[in-house]
Amino acid sequence: MSSKDSTFMKKIKSWPLLLPVVALFLVMAVNILHDAAIGANPLSFFTITLNQTTSSGTILYGRIIDILNRGSEVAILALGMTLVVSSSAGTDISVGSVMSLSASFCCMLLAGYGVANTSELAVPLIVGVLAAFAMGTLCGAFNGTLVAYFGIQPMVATLILFSAARAIGLLLCNNLIVYVRNSAFGAFGAFTGILPTPIIIAAICIAVVALVLKNTSLGMYIQSVGINPKASRIAGLNSKKIIFLTYVICGFFAGVAGLVNSSRITSADSNNIGLYYEMDAILAVALGGNSLGGGKFNLAGSIIGAYTIQAITTTLYALGVSTDQAPVYKAIIVVIIVAIQSAPLKAFFRKRSLKETKEAAKA
Amino acid sequence: MKKFRSMNSNTVLLLITIGLFIIMYAGGCIAYGAKGFTHLQTFLNILITNSGLICVSCGLTVVMLTAGIDISVGSLVAMDCMMLAVGMRNGIGAVEMCAAVLITGIVFGLVQGFLIGYLEIQPFIVTMAGMFFGRGMTAVICTDQVSITQDINAVFYNWANAKIILPFGGYLNNKGKYMAPFIRVEVVIALIVLALIFLMLRYTRFGRALYAIGGSEQSAAMMGLNVKQTKMKAYVLSSVLTSIGGICYCLNTMAGSVQQATGLEMDAISSAVIGGTLLTGGVGNVFGTFIGVLINGTISSIVKTNGKLASSWPNILTAALLFIFIVIQSLFAAMRARKK
Repeated sequence: MSSKDSTFMKKIKSWPLLLPVVALFLVMAVNILHDAAIGANPLSFFTITLNQTTSSGTILYGRIIDILNRGSEVAILALGMTLVVSSSAGTDISVGSVMSLSASFCCMLLAGYGVANTSELAVPLIVGVLAAFAMGTLCGAFNGTLVAYFGIQPMVATLILFSAARAIGLLLCNNLIVYVRNSAFGAFGAFTGILPTPIIIAAICIAVVALVLKNTSLGMYIQSVGINPKASRIAGLNSKKIIFLTYVICGFFAGVAGLVNSSRITSADSNNIGLYYEMDAILAVALGGNSLGGGKFNLAGSIIGAYTIQAITTTLYALGVSTDQAPVYKAIIVVIIVAIQSAPLKAFFRKRSLKETKEAAKA
Repeated sequence: MKKFRSMNSNTVLLLITIGLFIIMYAGGCIAYGAKGFTHLQTFLNILITNSGLICVSCGLTVVMLTAGIDISVGSLVAMDCMMLAVGMRNGIGAVEMCAAVLITGIVFGLVQGFLIGYLEIQPFIVTMAGMFFGRGMTAVICTDQVSITQDINAVFYNWANAKIILPFGGYLNNKGKYMAPFIRVEVVIALIVLALIFLMLRYTRFGRALYAIGGSEQSAAMMGLNVKQTKMKAYVLSSVLTSIGGICYCLNTMAGSVQQATGLEMDAISSAVIGGTLLTGGVGNVFGTFIGVLINGTISSIVKTNGKLASSWPNILTAALLFIFIVIQSLFAAMRARKK
């Protein structure tokens, strides 16, 4: 092996987006092979067409559009999750339940308490939307207080809402599935022009977070707290406040995702909204090349990771795996990714490559 | 007074827990005495419905002593029940299926334990993957609800319906017939497990090593304990106990379904925490956990006896209790840190 090759390999190996991009290519390859195997056009995965529909006019149609559309919620959640993982070395496992609670609260207000099916809004739409955001933020603040100010392990602290939020949502909705069949409410999950609205909402969220992180030092603060909370406190940062803030942001985005998800189905189905989304969000962060041990983070990685997860999900469904069975494959992927990233395995591989170079030098 | 001062905060936590249980149960007796809450059978029913939870919580206590956690238990129980139900429907004997379930538990625990002990991945991540794996695997085995009837497996059916009558504490019902209090096979299994784990934690090398690792992993390693292996053993033990719990759970419900035992991990964790096991490891015992299970059982029993409260209330109340106890724990920890 020449030296030029090895520096190229090193550059590739140290590229932060290596893991998510490789995973994305693998998914595409599986799709192409599957299409070829069933005799369809092998490139049908990539085709995007303009379709005429009766309900929403001319819209973009294609598998990639579908993945971008369906992956919006996971991408929005992954934004908050990345910051939480970075600052506190733990994950917020309550996001799925918080999504459900925000959606239930929003629909309960829009429909009026105890009403199960309506097309008239009981309160102005903006009240419901802000209520969903507020509920998400409130849950985030609850988690943040426990983690930052009471020093409780993040996953145990968020376990409380993981179990309770869905139950509270059911209570708010009087144990019913609340349908709000109103086109203004449904707009968040429908189409704007030719593009699905969730894609636009996700893009706005990503842009806002990226701009804030670029133009303020918040990103650096979060990373430094994640790397060493004590040292950053001595350096003059309010570590607790920063950790608290990341949980609030995460909760807020869970509220946004909950709104989008319930608008898609124009109802609040407390038992099913956001089910298993915490898994997808954590998977997105891990797949994005971020260490789950906190510290440095890479937002672009998480976002690519989120859409890769959605691509995996869509592919699994295309291969005939049912919704209930999909978690098996995702769990295996999570374990493989974190195992690759684990310190003992890395050390093992480093030792082996050192041995190889030594032997090569001898020869 | 001197004796009171020498008690550490952990004993105080356990005393609070026992007090809380007595107050709650007494409250239930006063409020619902007319609905038969005061009979011994009500208490025994709590034991019968929660026998699976007792086994699972014991396993979780063992893991939590090493400062770890295992949230895969709920879906592992669901998987066990589904295995038992589908296996017996396909004509395999009850004993063979129980053995198969236990072996599955060992393998499940070995994989999780290896990832956590030897690859040093965070327990929460690994067991969360285990949780989704278990739930998904249940759906892979079968997506329908499968019940175990007498026609499917008479042996298992007889186990589930065997009554062990207690010689005391009966009452006359309103027709004047003597109702003898009874327990079921699963209660006996759960109590044996509880006693064995209690003795193991107190008197064996392995038990003491668990406490040592939870207290300080570094010190334990310097003392010459094999930290990685002990951790792995703890997760294997947890999964095996969960499998035993799964069999108890199945004896109680006589069915397997994908949505079974959702949130069981939450009940088990809150039982252990309410019973005085510290999330930071090194402190706790299964007796406290047992009281924690009884508190959870009393809550759901009261909600059930009331009959008008929504079914989501036990979930919310358990989470609220967990919240209160976690905050108390962290306050005690802060006080201890200040003393030093």
